[in-house]
Amino acid sequence: MTDSLNLTELERHLLNDYQHDFPLSPAPYADMAQHLGVSEQQVLDSLAKLRDAGLISRVGAVFRPNSVGASTLAAMSVAEDELESVAAIISSYPHVNHNYEREHEFNLWFVATAGSETELCAVLGEMEEKTSHPILALPLLEDYHIDLGFDLQWT
Amino acid sequence: MKTLSRQLQGINEHLAQLDAIDDELISAIENGLPLCSRPYAEIARQLDIDEQEVLTRLASLKQRGVIKRMGVIVRHRELGYRANAMLVWDVPDERVAELGRCLSQYDFITLCYRRPRMLPDWPYNLFCMIHGKSREEVLQRIDWLIKQCHLESLPHHVLFSRRRFKQRGAVYRTTRNDSNQTPAGERHAT
Repeated sequence: MTDSLNLTELERHLLNDYQHDFPLSPAPYADMAQHLGVSEQQVLDSLAKLRDAGLISRVGAVFRPNSVGASTLAAMSVAEDELESVAAIISSYPHVNHNYEREHEFNLWFVATAGSETELCAVLGEMEEKTSHPILALPLLEDYHIDLGFDLQWT
Repeated sequence: MKTLSRQLQGINEHLAQLDAIDDELISAIENGLPLCSRPYAEIARQLDIDEQEVLTRLASLKQRGVIKRMGVIVRHRELGYRANAMLVWDVPDERVAELGRCLSQYDFITLCYRRPRMLPDWPYNLFCMIHGKSREEVLQRIDWLIKQCHLESLPHHVLFSRRRFKQRGAVYRTTRNDSNQTPAGERHAT
């Protein structure tokens, strides 16, 4: 739980307040530091610590799907005793960034990304062959969500 | 099931016009900005352009919507949001946009997309991701959403996540090294 992570006030602010509108200025961490009333080095150290602890994956950009390259959500229906080995094959592709087991007859869900639609199609086709399971591809048609990150609601 | 190429048809229609330097810039920041005093100058050095050009290009990518947001990318599960579910609805086509906008205004919804149905295997066409600290909290939030957006009569399904086999940022240029991946099933998170 968030309350048991023993986060400092600074860490909470870094996690919650900078998920969007990260400064596009030459010294962004110094700008954040000034705003938070701490030193630039404290911001850099705290972000490195949060990254090393796995609480943040990176400080960076989220790209709109299919504006750079081609990606799709995909699903497979896999028997329980095969799931781990099929999941490992899927995860071994550098094209795959998310790969989850979910509660449904379609129980393996992943997102695959490639440079183009043709390349993506080839990669998914190869996955079908290697795993002997058909893939349900569900590409994005319309995005309704304005991404402002995620409100962590500290208690 | 339809063939893969038919399932994927048309997904590239929103492809942004990017030049070679934009491409390199996107590759350079895929793993995140460097944690140093002048991160954009550091990227500029790698690309052999100047810092101002990096800033101008990133601003343009943001303005064109190629970059949805820039900032700290948190890992929900590690931060205590252990329950996450994909919530899917079978919505009449003419109501998808209205309901998608209604669902996406709540801050525990982190994605909300229209996707194709794939009949007969998959009847759902509106997808969102919902997060909470527990399964009960997620289910309560779904009940609340159903009332708020008047979804009572529409078929839906809640796909809670079980194991996470892999999670990391998307990679568009697969030639780069692949050191950032989460090993299969090793950690948990969104």
